[in-house]
Amino acid sequence: MIPRDQALIRMGGFIADEDIVVAVYQTLFDWMEIKPRVLNYVATGAMGQASSHGLGLALANPERKVFVFDGDGSLLMNLGALATIGEASPTNLFHFVFANGTYEVNGEHPIPGGKTIEFEKIAQACGYRQTFKVSSLVKLEKLLPDLFTKKGPTFVALKIVPGKQYPRRYDFIHSPEARENFRRALTGKP
Amino acid sequence: MNTLAYPSGKHIIKQFLAARIQFIASLPDIVTSSGLLWPISHHKELELIRICKEDEGVSICAAMSYNDTRAVLLMQQTGLMDSLNAIRALAMDYQLPVVMMVGLQGKEPEPKPEESNVYGVRIIPSVLNAMSVPYSLIQEPDDVFEIKDIIDACYRNSKPHVFLVGRTPLA
Repeated sequence: MIPRDQALIRMGGFIADEDIVVAVYQTLFDWMEIKPRVLNYVATGAMGQASSHGLGLALANPERKVFVFDGDGSLLMNLGALATIGEASPTNLFHFVFANGTYEVNGEHPIPGGKTIEFEKIAQACGYRQTFKVSSLVKLEKLLPDLFTKKGPTFVALKIVPGKQYPRRYDFIHSPEARENFRRALTGKP
Repeated sequence: MNTLAYPSGKHIIKQFLAARIQFIASLPDIVTSSGLLWPISHHKELELIRICKEDEGVSICAAMSYNDTRAVLLMQQTGLMDSLNAIRALAMDYQLPVVMMVGLQGKEPEPKPEESNVYGVRIIPSVLNAMSVPYSLIQEPDDVFEIKDIIDACYRNSKPHVFLVGRTPLA
């Protein structure tokens, strides 16, 4: 199992300034503190929708890499999005699921199928070009350097446990300021 | 003798293009299938994203809007009902320009949606009113000619809109 904050710290080294990151729930809150940046897309609005936002951003911004940091409970809520993404096949989309088997911010209740579902196999069957499952930090460190040099859509299931936890800034992620900051950074317009 | 006139799918597509729509996210809807979705699927200037559930389309259209990439979500009213939480969050709480075109499956050709004998159709205007989601009706042939201006206004003002399709568009 990988401490989530350690995974995010390692992944942060491969995210360029112009890349877009769509993250959700505790992974988002941790990411905002570990790697604060203007192209963090924080306003997914409804649970489960991160991958669909990522697809929209990837198709509308083909010159940028788009990273989705999904949750396993979130992905289950929008599992069909894997087929939609596989069909649309954006080469610039990199989809990570941070799998801890629970609805962490809603009281840590277990998700259905949390001990048995192999998300990377579903993603592969849905048409993702690259799929991986990673359950140790050492393996993640080995995977990352080459991962982003190949065409997506790419899917990585990370078996994680909570690491250092950062504050849950719901007020910020739902604020007009967050959306406007992202829009300005994306378009370069005031 | 049937004297009803039907909206034109070709004219709807022209209005989309005039409004700089690039992407159509859709689940098939029998009302708009032959007159609109099939032609769109073959159209060279529109990119069709086939989705598995309608709220995916709400998110796709919302995310695209950040750099003014324009899209329409084409679906049936059952999909609209299934997407209400995403519409609540992205189109209303966040005030993003999510443009939706909704075929009213089961609606009779003559009445307005709120006068339909079909419960699942009749409630749609009330649901949209309760959520304060702006909408308009595409039922007569001339109704299609407002589509471009409404879409332009959505993106200019960052507001959503629902076009309710009350009569099957002809190809």
